[in-house]
Amino acid sequence: MDSRKRKNSAAFYDVDGTLIRINIVHAFAFYAMRKPSLMSAVKTTAQTAASVPLFWAADKISRKWFNELFYRLYSGFSEDRLVILSEELFEEVIEPNIYPRARDLIDESRRAGCRQVLLSGALDFTMRPLARYLGVDDFIANRLEFKDGYATGKLAKPFVGGATKPTLMRDYARRHGIDLAESWAYSDSYSDLTMLAVVGRPTACNPDRRLRAVARSYDWPVLDLD
Amino acid sequence: MRAIRPRTRARDREQVVTIDTDSAPRILFSGENFLLEDLPVGTRVIYPRRPMTGVANRIAAIRYALNHPEDMPPLHALLEPGMRVTIAVDDISLPLPPMVRPDIRQTVLEIVCEMLADHGVDDVHIIVATSLHRRMTDGEIRRMVGDRVWNEFWPERLYNHDACDPDGMVVLGKTRHGELVESNKRAADSDLCIYVNINLVPMDGGHKSMGVGLCGYESLKAHHTPKAIVDSNSFMDPSNSALSSSVERIGRVVDEHLKVFHIETVLNSRMFSGPLDFLMKNEDDFTESDRLKFHAIKWTLDRTPRPLRREVFMRTPAAYELIGCYAGATEPAHAKTLAKCYEQYAVEVEGQADILITGIPYISPYNVNSKALNPLLVQVMALGYFYHMYRKRPLLRDGGVLILTHPCSDHFDPVHHPSYIEFFNRLLPETRDAYTLEKKYQDEFAYNPSYVEMYRRGNAYHGAHPFYMWYWGQRGREKVGRVIAVGTDNTTVPGLLGWETADTLAEAIAMGQSSTGRGAQITMMHHPPILITDVH
Repeated sequence: MDSRKRKNSAAFYDVDGTLIRINIVHAFAFYAMRKPSLMSAVKTTAQTAASVPLFWAADKISRKWFNELFYRLYSGFSEDRLVILSEELFEEVIEPNIYPRARDLIDESRRAGCRQVLLSGALDFTMRPLARYLGVDDFIANRLEFKDGYATGKLAKPFVGGATKPTLMRDYARRHGIDLAESWAYSDSYSDLTMLAVVGRPTACNPDRRLRAVARSYDWPVLDLD
Repeated sequence: MRAIRPRTRARDREQVVTIDTDSAPRILFSGENFLLEDLPVGTRVIYPRRPMTGVANRIAAIRYALNHPEDMPPLHALLEPGMRVTIAVDDISLPLPPMVRPDIRQTVLEIVCEMLADHGVDDVHIIVATSLHRRMTDGEIRRMVGDRVWNEFWPERLYNHDACDPDGMVVLGKTRHGELVESNKRAADSDLCIYVNINLVPMDGGHKSMGVGLCGYESLKAHHTPKAIVDSNSFMDPSNSALSSSVERIGRVVDEHLKVFHIETVLNSRMFSGPLDFLMKNEDDFTESDRLKFHAIKWTLDRTPRPLRREVFMRTPAAYELIGCYAGATEPAHAKTLAKCYEQYAVEVEGQADILITGIPYISPYNVNSKALNPLLVQVMALGYFYHMYRKRPLLRDGGVLILTHPCSDHFDPVHHPSYIEFFNRLLPETRDAYTLEKKYQDEFAYNPSYVEMYRRGNAYHGAHPFYMWYWGQRGREKVGRVIAVGTDNTTVPGLLGWETADTLAEAIAMGQSSTGRGAQITMMHHPPILITDVH
């Protein structure tokens, strides 16, 4: 049985759309609607709704631009409050939206001896309860910059998303003695093509139309976790 | 297009025809199409036996078998109220192509389930014994078991076996040869297991039913090896097959731990009927109607896209009929099954062939309802199954030339055969050596989490399955001198498989004769339907 154990391989999972049905906008909406005062909650929610076309356009051009624009909305949020709300967010929103077969996939991968790593453009405090629930070894996520306990609306470096994911994966692999050629990556989005291309065993999970086409072209396995 | 002319002269033997100057051209399968080829004078064409007459009342035949089993009390005498029973059934790999409704498994299941209910046995599960094959879809299972059983049992008590479920498998022990014996936990925990089998060829049924159908990967590793395949002469002759011997040892351990009541069914060879019934005939005996039907179908197929051709073939079920049903203990029931199988399939042939010609059809046990007969499956049909369609002595002499007709397209079904794609494109360019592949890569594929997930919850064959397909052809690869593929649409696929190519059958025969001599004995196996040769 030892032959099945892979000591130097890892499985990197994108999260939004890959393991869970929701995305960072849902998470922000949750935080926004739970602002301390009703007025500020309404204002932030309205602001977010009005910005949706802009976010959509930015995402089409660059995931990096989208994230920079989007995370400005967090400006002024208190760090303590976000951390506390993240637990509620997980229980009320994220956990019910985990794809039914996501847990099975992670279990299979763990049985094969792979190190389990979530790699997401979402925020670290949002990822933490999910990582704990899924029992993964590590997670790499975006971090907000805080000043005097309040978010500045900027992301701390290194930024996680799109083209930076393979760099972060390489760094992670170097630090943990992981052979990327013997590793897996799972994503649902064409914007994560580079993340998939950097490992030896890319797998498209619930892929969007463009990624599905790429996966078919390159004969990558396609999983449906729903 | 050339005509297939009716022939009036009598022949010496119905199954073996020697081509002369008056002979009609012969029809060969080439994937989802046909080739019509003139064969050299003196070529032997071996036809399957005519389909045996089916039993007049199959329900009565099944009931009789249940009430008169071999070396076991009748099924009703084994039942007690409140007992736990697991019924295992063969999966979609049998029969080929799928049979017209009602499937024989449906008939058996309806009788058995009724009997169980009558005896107060309510804790009943039906497991599709897929082993490492793909999970059957809901629609496929429903078609197989019929609405009555489906409505009563699905989904909680009617499901696919899962060889990779860590909580669903149990180790029963080891054989005296050290082979690990695993089984489905539900079956192992049952007071009685009933296995409902379809026997299409002699390698099916017997100990293979429980020993393989409900096993896990680590158990299958014991005998699905290049060595076991090479030591199997042949798959269709269990008494001369190392593979069968290993499965028997495993099956005996299963029988020591589980009480198993086998219900084995034997089907005749009526694979084609209706508009395709001409495929069951000798071309010399074609009527005008047969000739017109063939040419009309060929004309249409030539102008139809491949996926549509495939769909048409896959939706044409076979009109198989039950010719035997035997029940009871594993070995005595299976002995009767085997005898009936050979009665249907065995054809006596004088002498081996130097050059063997065989058409490769659109279907194999592993691509029912798939999008393609992929290159590895073409290989397994040629060097695994068709080369092995003999008892004791191969039809093709060692070092002979095997000519096959198939486009060998680079098409795979990514849903059913994802690991095949990686095997074919990543491993075969590195080596064709089955022993190296087994040692170096088999476990890697078997425990690849993506493939495990696709096997367990998708509809993919297990990650290790392409390895078995490659091993399946190992004896053929070692014994056959040359393999020449005719009518291929590319040279890359045959090249990766280690085959030569020819544009026409005449060219392939000439290529073969360059190594076997002009006086080479040329034989064509006219199948499907299935035939097994007894070479004297």
